[in-house]
Amino acid sequence: MRHDFQELRLDRVTRRFAGAGGKAFNALEELTLTIKRGEFIALLGPSGCGKSTALNCIAGLLPLSGGSIWLDEMRIDTLPPERRGFGMVFQNYALFPHMSVERNVAFGLRMRGVAGSEVGPRVARALKLVQLVGQEQKLPGQLSGGQQQRVAIARAIVIEPPLILMDEPLSNLDAKLRLETRAEIRRIHRELGRSTIYVTHDQDEALSLADRIVVMKDGVVQQIATPQEVYAQPANLQVARFMGYRNVLELAVEGERDGRVTLAGTDIRLTGVRKQPLAGTHACVAIRPEEIGLGEGPGGVNTIAGRVENVEYCGRDSLLDVVTASGTLLHVRAAGHIAMGDSLRVHVPAERALVYPSDAAGI
Amino acid sequence: MKPWFERVWRGLLLGTMTLFVVNVGLMIAAVATSSFARRWLGTWLPDGWTTSWYTSAWKEFQLGSVLWVTVEVVFAVVLLALLIGVPAAYTLARRDFPGKRFLLLLFLLPLMVPPITYGIPLATVLYKAQLAGTINGVILANLIPAAPFVILVMTPFIEQIDPNLESAARVFGASTLRMFWHVLVPLLAPGILAASLLVLVRTIALFELTFLTAGPDSQTLVVALYYAVFAAGVRAPQSVDAMAMVYMVVTLVWLLIALRFVNPTQLVSRVKEQPLTA
Amino acid sequence: MNSVALSRAPFDRALLLVVPAAAFMLLLFVYPFLYGLALSFEPKEGGALGNYQHFFSTDNLWPTIWTTLRLALPATLINVGLALPIAYKMRVKTRYQRWVTTILVVPITLGTVLIAEGALTYFGPKGWLSQTLQLLHLYEGPIRLTHNYWGVLISLVISGFPFAFLLILSYITGIDPVLARAAATLGADPAAQFRHIYLPLLAPGLAMCFCLAFVQAFSVFPSAVLLGSPAGPTRVISIAAYEAAFEQYDYSLASAIAMIMGFVQLIIVAAVLGLRNLFYRGPVAGGKG
Repeated sequence: MRHDFQELRLDRVTRRFAGAGGKAFNALEELTLTIKRGEFIALLGPSGCGKSTALNCIAGLLPLSGGSIWLDEMRIDTLPPERRGFGMVFQNYALFPHMSVERNVAFGLRMRGVAGSEVGPRVARALKLVQLVGQEQKLPGQLSGGQQQRVAIARAIVIEPPLILMDEPLSNLDAKLRLETRAEIRRIHRELGRSTIYVTHDQDEALSLADRIVVMKDGVVQQIATPQEVYAQPANLQVARFMGYRNVLELAVEGERDGRVTLAGTDIRLTGVRKQPLAGTHACVAIRPEEIGLGEGPGGVNTIAGRVENVEYCGRDSLLDVVTASGTLLHVRAAGHIAMGDSLRVHVPAERALVYPSDAAGI
Repeated sequence: MKPWFERVWRGLLLGTMTLFVVNVGLMIAAVATSSFARRWLGTWLPDGWTTSWYTSAWKEFQLGSVLWVTVEVVFAVVLLALLIGVPAAYTLARRDFPGKRFLLLLFLLPLMVPPITYGIPLATVLYKAQLAGTINGVILANLIPAAPFVILVMTPFIEQIDPNLESAARVFGASTLRMFWHVLVPLLAPGILAASLLVLVRTIALFELTFLTAGPDSQTLVVALYYAVFAAGVRAPQSVDAMAMVYMVVTLVWLLIALRFVNPTQLVSRVKEQPLTA
Repeated sequence: MNSVALSRAPFDRALLLVVPAAAFMLLLFVYPFLYGLALSFEPKEGGALGNYQHFFSTDNLWPTIWTTLRLALPATLINVGLALPIAYKMRVKTRYQRWVTTILVVPITLGTVLIAEGALTYFGPKGWLSQTLQLLHLYEGPIRLTHNYWGVLISLVISGFPFAFLLILSYITGIDPVLARAAATLGADPAAQFRHIYLPLLAPGLAMCFCLAFVQAFSVFPSAVLLGSPAGPTRVISIAAYEAAFEQYDYSLASAIAMIMGFVQLIIVAAVLGLRNLFYRGPVAGGKG
C-alpha cells in the first residue's frame, strides 16, 4: 500500500454490462484521466452516466472490461479492493450497524494490523477533524444523518489513504445540512491535502469543491476542465445543457467569420462564438438565462423582442418566460419589476452565445 | 487470484449441494419407478412395467373418497383462514393498540410450536366436544396454523399499501365497506392469492394435526398415505408407492402453481426482515 | 392534532376485525393448551404429579427424551451447519440461486411422510443407493440405513436442511451488501468480511433458525415410526405421547407427556438464546434508528 503517490492514471478504462435482452452496453467507455497528488476531482453527470461505475472500478469493487489503472508505475486494477488502500465514503454511509462509532472508525486500522496503542489516538484525531467528539460509544442507529455522514468520512480518512473516493455523499442530506457538510469537506481537504475523487450529479457541489471537473454522459467523458471553464465554456451541447444553459435554440447558419457565427431564425438574428466544428445548414446556440440582459444590445445587435408569458419571483431576481412572435421560448433571469404580458426587448453578448452543431437528442 | 483453499471450499459446498439434490431426486425417482413396476426385487430396474398398481391402489385405499375429503378440507381451510386472517392482518398492520404485542405473540405461537405438541391436547378437547373424527374437526384443527400464516403473509402486503389511498377514498365519499371492496381488495388480490396458495400447499402436507383428529372417513391424502406405509408389510409395496405418487403429483402440481405467484422463501414462515443499512 | 381533547375517544371499529381471529386462537389453541395442562395434573391414579412421576419412572418413557435429543440435536447441527455456508455462498441473486431455492422447496412441500416412503425405497437394503455402493465396492453387503436411527436422521436432514437454508438465506439477503464492500475498501478480505460483518449481523437470525429447526426436529413423528424402529432405538417422545392418547386412552398422561415435550423444547430454546446473548452484544435488529 502506497502512502503517497505522484499521479493516478486511468488508461482507457472500460466497463461493459450485459443489458436487458442480453445486449452488452458500455457503462464506461475508454475513460482516460490523470489525477495529480492532492487534486480534488469531481465526476459530474446525470444518473446513469457512468460516474459511480468509474468510482467503483477505481475502488476495485467492479472489475474492468478493458483498460488499466496505474498508481505511478504500479498497475492496480488487478488488485482486490482490500489491497488498494483507498478510503471510500458511500452514498448511504454504509456504517456497520452493530459497531459503535469508535469501532467503525477503527475498523480500517484494525484490518491493517495497526498496533492497539496507536489506534486510539488516531481515531480520536479523525473524530476531532470531523467535529464529532463525544459520540464514540454511540451506535450508528442513534445518530442523525449528518452525524453518520461525518463518521463515514472519519472512517475513510483515519487510514490515511493516498486517495479518498466519495460517492454522492451529500445526496441523502437535507438542503441546509448539505451546504454545511460541503463546507466541512472543503475544509478537510484543505487540511489533509489528500487526492479526492468525488462523484455527484449536483453541479453546485462540483463547482464549489473541485479543482477539476470531469463531465460525463452515457459512459463517455464530455469535458475535463476547471470549474470556471466548464461553467463558462462548456465543450459541447450536453455539457452546456447540464450546466444550466437552459436556452438552446436551433437556427439556420447564415455565415461565419473569425470564429463568429451568425445564425437566423424567423424573428431572431444572433451572432455567437463557435465552440465546435459545425456541419449542415443549422446549428444550436446555447445561452444562460442569467446572461441575457434587458433592453437593446449595443448597436441593436443580438437583440430579441418578445412578450413575457410567465414570471417566477425568486427574491433577488425573477425568472421570466419570454416568447417571441414566432413562438420561440427564452428563459431570462432579470431583476426589477416585470409584469405578465409586458412586451420587452432582451439582448445577449456575442461572447456568451455559444454555438454548437445541431444534435438530435436533448437531456 | 483465488487461493487454493477457497477453491476447495467452494468445491466442497457445491459437492454437498449436488449430493443432496441428486439423492433426493433419486429418492423420488425410486418411488416413481416402483409404482410402475410389475415386480422389483433388488435389481437395478424392475423386470416389467405396469400401471395396474394405480388402479389397485385406487380401490384399496379408496383414493377417490380420500381425494375428495382432502379437497373439502383444504379448500375449507383456505377460505376460513382468509376470512378470519385478512381482517385481522388489516387491523394489525394499520392500528396500534394496547395488547397488540400480546396478540402478535398469540398469532405467532402456532407457527413456531410444532403441531404435535399442541395437537394432543387439541385432540382431547375436540373429543370432548364430539368433533373428533369428523371432517369439521379436521378442518378446525388445520385452521390453527393456517389463519396465523395468512396473517403473517398478508401483513407486509397491507403495510405496503399507502394509507393515503384509504384516506383519499374516504374524502371522495366511500364508506368503509365500499372502500374495502373497491380499493383494498383489488390491491390486496396478489397477496390474497399468494396466501391462499401457500396455505393450500402447506395444508395438503400437514400430517400431524389431521392424524390426531381424523376419523376413518375424514382422512386427508397424507394421513391415508401414512397408514398405507404403516401397513406396508401386508400390502404390496408397489401399490403403496403408487399412492405415494398420487400424493406427490397432487402436491407438486399445487406447488408449481404456487411458485408462479410466490417466492420460494415465503413457504418458510418467517418474520419480516429489514435490510440492515446504516 | 386535536386541539380539543375528547373525554372519550370514539371506538375504532377496525379493532373489531381482529376479534374473530383472536377468539379462534384463544378457543382452539390457548384453551386446549391450558386444558391439557390442567388435565396433566389429574392422573388416573396418584396425586397431582402422578403422571410426571409415572413418566420419569417408567423405563419406556423417560429415555424417550434422550432418544429424541439424540436425533434432534445432531440433525439440527447438521442442518444449520450446512445451511449457513451454502446460503452465504448463494447470497448473490443469480439465476443459479433461484433454481436452487426452487429445487430445495420441493422436499419441504412433499412432507415427512413421502420422504419416509421414498427413503424406505431408495435407502433400503435393496434400493439404488445400496446397489450403487456395492457396485463401486464401497461397501460389502446391503446397507442398513432404514428402520434404525440413521434412517430417521437422514429423513430429518432431508426435510430440515431446506427449511434452515431458506430461512438463513432470507436473513443473509436482508443484510445490505454495501456493508461488505465498505469493509473491503477498509482492508478486509472475504474471510474477514464474513467474520466481522456478516456473522455478527447474522447471529440473532442464526439463533432463531437453530431454535426453529430444533423444535421441528424434536417433534419428529411419522418418520420415527415409518423409517425408524419405534419400539426401541427411535422411540421418540411424540410416539410415547401418541401411544398414551390413542392406544391406552390415557389422555391425562398424554397431555403430561406433551407438556414435558414442550418444556424440553423450551429449555433448549432458552439456552440457545441465552448463549447468543452472551456472545453477542449489540442491536438485535440493526439499521437506521
